[in-house]
Amino acid sequence: MSTSATPPKSATPRKQIHLAAHFPGVNNTTVWSDPEAGSHVEFSSFVHFARTAERAKFDFLFLAEGLRLREQGGRIYDLDVVGRPDTFTVLTALAAVTERLGLTGTINSTFNEPYEVARQFASLDHLSDGRAAWNVVTSWDAFTGENFRRGGFLPQNERYSRAKEFLATAIELFDSWQGDEIAADKESGTFLRDARAGAFVHKGPHFDIAGQFNVPRSPQGRPVIFQAGDSEEGREFAAAGADAIFSRYSTLKEGQAFYTDVKRRLARYGRTHDQLLILPAATFVLGDTDAEARELAREVRRQQVSGATAIKHLEFVWNRDLSAYDPEGPLPDIDPDLGEHTIARGRAQVRMYRDPLATAREWRELAAANKWSIRDLVVETGNRQSFVGSPATVAETINSFVQTDAADGFILVPHITPGGLDVFADTVVPLLQERGVFRTEYEGTTLRDHLGLAHPDAHSDTDAHSDADAPAGRVAS
Amino acid sequence: MPRASHAPLHLAVALDGAGWHPAAWREPDARPGELFTARYWTGLVTEAERGLLDFVTIDDSLSLQTSRYVGPDERTDQVRGRLDAVLIAARVAPLTRDIGVIPTAVVTHTEPFHLSKAIATLDHVSTGRAGIQVRVSGRADEAAHFGRRTVPGLRVEDLATAAGQPARSTAEQPWVKELFDEAADYVEVLRRLWDSWEDDAEIRDVATGRFIDRDKLHYIDFEGAHFSVKGPSITPRPPQGQPLVAALAHATVPYELVGRSADIGFVTPGGADDARAVLAEIRTAQASAGRADETVHVFGDLVVFLDDDPVAAADRKARLDERAGAEFSSDAHVFTGSPAQLADLLEEWRDAGLTGFRLRPAALPYDLEQITRHLVPELRRRGVFRTAYEASTLRGLLGLPRPANRYAVA
Ligand SMILES: Cc1cc2nc3c(=O)[nH]c(=O)nc-3n(C[C@H](O)[C@H](O)[C@H](O)COP(=O)(O)O)c2cc1C
Repeated sequence: MSTSATPPKSATPRKQIHLAAHFPGVNNTTVWSDPEAGSHVEFSSFVHFARTAERAKFDFLFLAEGLRLREQGGRIYDLDVVGRPDTFTVLTALAAVTERLGLTGTINSTFNEPYEVARQFASLDHLSDGRAAWNVVTSWDAFTGENFRRGGFLPQNERYSRAKEFLATAIELFDSWQGDEIAADKESGTFLRDARAGAFVHKGPHFDIAGQFNVPRSPQGRPVIFQAGDSEEGREFAAAGADAIFSRYSTLKEGQAFYTDVKRRLARYGRTHDQLLILPAATFVLGDTDAEARELAREVRRQQVSGATAIKHLEFVWNRDLSAYDPEGPLPDIDPDLGEHTIARGRAQVRMYRDPLATAREWRELAAANKWSIRDLVVETGNRQSFVGSPATVAETINSFVQTDAADGFILVPHITPGGLDVFADTVVPLLQERGVFRTEYEGTTLRDHLGLAHPDAHSDTDAHSDADAPAGRVAS
Repeated sequence: MPRASHAPLHLAVALDGAGWHPAAWREPDARPGELFTARYWTGLVTEAERGLLDFVTIDDSLSLQTSRYVGPDERTDQVRGRLDAVLIAARVAPLTRDIGVIPTAVVTHTEPFHLSKAIATLDHVSTGRAGIQVRVSGRADEAAHFGRRTVPGLRVEDLATAAGQPARSTAEQPWVKELFDEAADYVEVLRRLWDSWEDDAEIRDVATGRFIDRDKLHYIDFEGAHFSVKGPSITPRPPQGQPLVAALAHATVPYELVGRSADIGFVTPGGADDARAVLAEIRTAQASAGRADETVHVFGDLVVFLDDDPVAAADRKARLDERAGAEFSSDAHVFTGSPAQLADLLEEWRDAGLTGFRLRPAALPYDLEQITRHLVPELRRRGVFRTAYEASTLRGLLGLPRPANRYAVA
């Protein structure tokens, strides 16, 4: 299908890199103890961060979501940053202080309803002149559900069935207005050309709704859709309909494997490689020289992992209270508790350790071989920064990762709020621009323009080429 | 004609579409093509701020606007479609400095946890100028947009024969009362979540590695007939502590909601005596909710057509009515006249006990500019309206203290 249209490798133009800025999150990547670290809630922090990203011509700003404060050992976890604003509200406020930067919000499909989420995203897209994106996540836990009317009713295996139907329903709502309904003709007195604008009917296992959607079609038609799940179902969900994936694979090998795997799935849905961008989360530490950056990176990791944090981190794997252990001492010789995970709640991280016994064994061996304490082990193995080096080294590494298909770009997660992005903007971005792989000016106005994605057509004709109004950003085949 | 009392009055405007008259969008200075843009709303709120108004409200609903009580009307000659009001408020907040912003949210179909953090965040992005007008939805068509519950919905035979207002009997029906009880629970959850972080919970104690003092974060453990919410909020306590809660009320059951739960009630009396009667009901409800010593502002709502020449205002209304094909009617008193005549009326109603007014401009931006450029100077000449913003928060403008946190031990 699409393979015949792919030009030979040598003629492939350099891929343009996409860059995004992830507002520092509520985990131990974020160093709050640094004297430079500012508020995570005051709007001025968001303004600073967004303006840096826009000054650097980034594609978008990204906000994660967590709807219950994390707990460990039955108490609210107090060692990391706690507290964040409401995603829609802060993104819409940021639209007032930026002009081109995309605004991506993580919003789950479990503790929301399609009509409300669709009107919030359509409103954000209107109020930002076409800069909205939605990272669809599938929270599962009853723990979070305790904050909602709906409660924690959703069995884990139904997450994606609800997510798929949620997204499909939201798209039906976005598409219920085609974009030409509003005449607003004072002379004739016709405001709407079509009395049934926004009409929809959706009947499915999760949603049985009907009526009229009350937000006219927004500048991008619908928000750009991101997906951040990693399971088989998650990858398939992304291949079927997402515009971009927020992945966790920022190393070359893992990145390439993930990239190949997901892009290969596209053909099954009649989609081409440029219709789904792979954007891993990536951290960075910059120094004047590579050696200085490495030294700094080690210091940052020690800031990120206090003794108390190291013990808590071990508890994710051991699934036991390890507060009696000395972080400067050896690893526990007892084995992890393989029962239901009870120690840490409200974080996705615990699911990363699929075989705790093996992880514990591996860690003990590593610690013994290197004479590491608990804290040393966590400092050395956890939280490895993705890109460490001088600006030239980091620019070259990022570019080569993108050109060798480990990613289409990166969602950068600075460790200092809100100024952690500044040095990247000032030193790495100009080098990428010199290489001709990153924009020096925004070429379009919408996030779809920045990402090179076509504007969706509400009339849903499958033959996009017959559309005389195809926007300039549409990718030629 | 000087009056005995010169208590300053509070003034707000209610923004909705192109104005409250259904033909307002066809006026020469109307901008119906811009209703879905940030520029439009920024322009209106900035104008209101130029007039030093206390706050604006922004209307909302979870269905298309309609001229009927029983569902959509499929009309094409009036404004249809709207943006999320909380987000409009968030979009204008960073571009204004002093004016309060009170968007409307429907509570019947939404999650109190989400709305609580949204309004807390609006308060953060406006540095202390946020409120929320809670709205109950009894409409079957809105319920069908969510598919999670059915409401009986208003029926034609429930409606008063005089167009404009549902009969009292409707508002007293048990299912309506239940929706309002649920709204009271909802507000209780909003308020507890706003207090679920004490002001000094964030400690950033490098020595112990603790970012927060978790003893200053509180589970709210709300359990009600309709939902339960655990807490705490994910958003720290907003700058005002408690953003303001407002509600529009036309009958006993909603008056009770105002008395139990709100900081501001919007009411629709037809005259000063009516205002006294409504106030008495609200004060009684307030007292029986144990809030007698709290300030609950009661604002009179009026739809206004304003021109220096009263005849011009009446003519304008007649012209708009003709275009709309029906005489304008409203739940609120409809005023046509000059700014000076309106100032007289406001002072008279103020003397009946109302502490402020929420004016609904019949046409935007025309009647809004009449308010900010003519009514406000007139009130100022009478010594009953501010000459400069005297506080930096909405609570401050309304003379309300920043409340202590219900969970903090003194
Ligand atoms: C890089 C990355 C970031 C994520 N961010 C969030 C988030 O902010 N909020 C959230 O609720 N889930 C988040 N998730 C969780 C996923 O959306 C998904 O719910 C989770 O990975 C489980 O799905 P899976 O089994 O397909 O991996 C994230 C996942 C990844 C890989």
